[in-house]
Amino acid sequence: MKRFICCTLLLLCTASAVMAQNRGEVLIKNATVLTASRGTLQGTDILIRDGKIARIGKGLSAGSGARTIDATGKYVSPGIIDAHSHTMLSAINEGALAVTSMTDVKEMLDPTDISIYRALAGGVTSALLLHGSANPIGGQSATVKFKWGRPAADYLIPDAPLGIKFALGENVKRSSQAQAQPGQTFRYPRTRMGTMEVIRDAFRRAKDYKQQWDDFRAKKTKVPPRVDEELQPLVEVLEGKRKVHCHGYRSDEHLNILKLADEFGFTIGTLQHALEAYKIAPEVAKHGAGASIFADSWSYKLEAYDSIPYNAYVLWKNGVVVSINSDSDERMRRLNLDAAKTMKYGGVPEEEALKMITLNPAKQLGIDKRTGSIEQGKDADIVVWNMHPFSPYSHPEITMIEGEVFFDIAKDKADRMLIAKEREELEKLDVNRAPGTGGSAPARPAERRSGDRHEHEVDQIRGNN
Amino acid sequence: MRSKILKLSLSLVVGAFLSASAVAQSDGSQQNKTGRAGTFAIVGAKIVTVSGAVIENGTVVIQNGKITAVGPGTTVPAGAERIDGRGLSVYPGMIDSATSLGLAEIGQGANATVDIAEIAANNANAKAYLAVNPHTSHVNVTRVNGITTVMSAPTGGVIAGQGTLINLNGSTQADMAVEQMAALVVNFPRVAQGGGGFGGGGGFGGFGGPQIDFNEAIRRRDTAVDELKKQFTFALAHGKAIDASAKDKTLPMVQTSLVYEAMLPYVRGEKPIVFTAERERDIKAVIKFIGEMKVKGIIVGGQEAWKVADDLKKNNVPVIFTHIYSLPVRDDDPYDYLFEGPAKLQAAGVKFAVATGDQGAESRDLPYQAGIAGAHGLPKDEALKAVTLYPAQILGVADRLGSIEVGKMANVVVTDGDILDPRTSVKHMFINGRLIPLTSRHTELFDSFKDRGTPTEIP
Repeated sequence: MKRFICCTLLLLCTASAVMAQNRGEVLIKNATVLTASRGTLQGTDILIRDGKIARIGKGLSAGSGARTIDATGKYVSPGIIDAHSHTMLSAINEGALAVTSMTDVKEMLDPTDISIYRALAGGVTSALLLHGSANPIGGQSATVKFKWGRPAADYLIPDAPLGIKFALGENVKRSSQAQAQPGQTFRYPRTRMGTMEVIRDAFRRAKDYKQQWDDFRAKKTKVPPRVDEELQPLVEVLEGKRKVHCHGYRSDEHLNILKLADEFGFTIGTLQHALEAYKIAPEVAKHGAGASIFADSWSYKLEAYDSIPYNAYVLWKNGVVVSINSDSDERMRRLNLDAAKTMKYGGVPEEEALKMITLNPAKQLGIDKRTGSIEQGKDADIVVWNMHPFSPYSHPEITMIEGEVFFDIAKDKADRMLIAKEREELEKLDVNRAPGTGGSAPARPAERRSGDRHEHEVDQIRGNN
Repeated sequence: MRSKILKLSLSLVVGAFLSASAVAQSDGSQQNKTGRAGTFAIVGAKIVTVSGAVIENGTVVIQNGKITAVGPGTTVPAGAERIDGRGLSVYPGMIDSATSLGLAEIGQGANATVDIAEIAANNANAKAYLAVNPHTSHVNVTRVNGITTVMSAPTGGVIAGQGTLINLNGSTQADMAVEQMAALVVNFPRVAQGGGGFGGGGGFGGFGGPQIDFNEAIRRRDTAVDELKKQFTFALAHGKAIDASAKDKTLPMVQTSLVYEAMLPYVRGEKPIVFTAERERDIKAVIKFIGEMKVKGIIVGGQEAWKVADDLKKNNVPVIFTHIYSLPVRDDDPYDYLFEGPAKLQAAGVKFAVATGDQGAESRDLPYQAGIAGAHGLPKDEALKAVTLYPAQILGVADRLGSIEVGKMANVVVTDGDILDPRTSVKHMFINGRLIPLTSRHTELFDSFKDRGTPTEIP
């Protein structure tokens, strides 16, 4: 335990050292800039001032004291945005009820989760942190920037629209649970029929609740209605103030939720996973929902069997705003390569493929005014790559958020020796000494850590059915 | 009424059962899609031979299932079908040397389609060759990414069974087989909190059980290794008895043991044994075991193999490095801890390959897994070798697979770019000399839905 704490402290110390201090000016010189909105610019400089992209052009100069990054021969892209993540959440699923809109993952942020740093090392700067998929209506979501080393509150993007997780299909109907746990009964719903009724019922109640408040505010009634934490977020959905991010796989289910949203007069923000959305691309486009999908995952469960890697292409071709997400601490680190795959499967053009991990998720999250592309006036959320990020041999060298460096490969490599040295010293402590030399070593770590936080498995681990 | 309901529910159950099994067997995408034989010449292509120098502008001739000519000045035989290779590159088919491809269609929610793990502790006679489904949709989906051959292996128990080396084409297992029984898989007993092993229901859990003292974990590991040695010794003794009674008919007949019979070629060092091991301590234990039992051993997994590089090299034990995408186990491990694994093995001179370790669906990611090793220190040509020639050498089939050379099996992939690049498309491919259609369950679903046009009214 002591070792764990020491190591954690060490990590935090080095992490804060990684963070550069430049709130002033940063000048990136002579890069190949993938703007994600206005094509590729060769031999171009980017001047960053107070966290914003101040100028993009050739032969720019900065004031004295500015940090200059020579990016000759290197590529620069917008920071990657992952529109489906559970990174840094210390709890994901509240599955005891079918409707848990009163819960909020913003209260579960763990800024010491090492996966944040690893995501930065993969070029990720922002993410949509979602509640799990245990129930038709899940908890409220958080839109964050990965400001590693800072307190949790600093991660939240202040002007990001509100969000909430919905879910359909296998996870919601608790498919893996053949029988109720001892002493428990099944939770409704157990079918796709019941799932839709739970959502319909919640929105009917939310509508009534909204009417009660509207009547009260119009002075038609005299007693204020009781505040309802469950229905309030749904009223925000009805009023267009909260985006619905709806997990699902089968196309028929997606149609059901789109139809329900039409009926209640709101637009679904994103269909999450949506691995069969290619079957209903025209309907998705007509409704106006975004699609946040995997690049090529399939066959890992029954409802993922019709998933095809051409999904992104078909949706894009139909005018749907598509993002490629990870839903995984691990996969998050290589979203650049997942985006590249869409060029092969169907033939998404390069810039459109890049948008699927930058500008498009920014649009889906409602933060595209401030991030998602390299444009003057936007936040300087920028990655410097050793080569084109769609090359299999690429990796980030610098990842910055609002002009501050949160990952620097040179610093990372330099710190390794310090960490190894400290580890060696810690292992010499009595409490950590090997068996036979007086100590009893702490428990070994697990053999492998897959990085997968598929909500379903998390449920099982947490017994949260 | 009651009986009606009963009938209805019965028919529902039967229906559900039928549709579940339909998933496993009725995917039609394999039917009549095993390609066609012939004489082919890929002309004017860049030939990445892997075993030798790259030929910038050359010809590859394929005849009777084999590569019959390679070179810049090769003449095209009369009657050969010409494939214009201008602007294209020719590679040997990639080999995923650690998968369970074909043993599981859908891992979760369709157990009827999963045949990966037997439940005994010693499953030596369990043969992946007999359970691999030639008609799984995973075959086509994987091969159109340039992977022509996989080792498909079981995973259950301590001795998991025998892996099969198959080409991803064929109507039957026999059509597909390169080596029907390619290797014995041993989940080497490891030091684990939860113990496990022989007598413990098989497998080396380590998860879920009550936490045990570290010394106790070592003791249990040692006990399990002793039991494993006993199994090897029994198998050797069984072989001796069979040989003896064959020579001397006055000896009593030897009682049949399918398990020990199955182990014989492996314990006698004739065929390779793959030992799954990840951590430094466990890999050291495997090397010791291989030396003591005098077997042909391969490490599969190998996350920390680079820490034991000298020992591996000295004892000539190769490593099939899997699951490169796993997260580093410890929080203070470098972020690229696994990405750098193959580069460290290569630098230390250890024979290695990169494999996915996947059940099958993600086996098509093999080139990008090698690529990510290339992004983290492994030279590009070595990254390519790690998924072509090296796995062929490690599995003892380099006389047939792994490079573009005259006389080798014609597992040949023609691409429009670097085969390890996610943007690259496969333009033509041959497996065992047959020209393979580039279709799969995925292209068929794509074709069915890509042009739906205007939306229909949502029902």
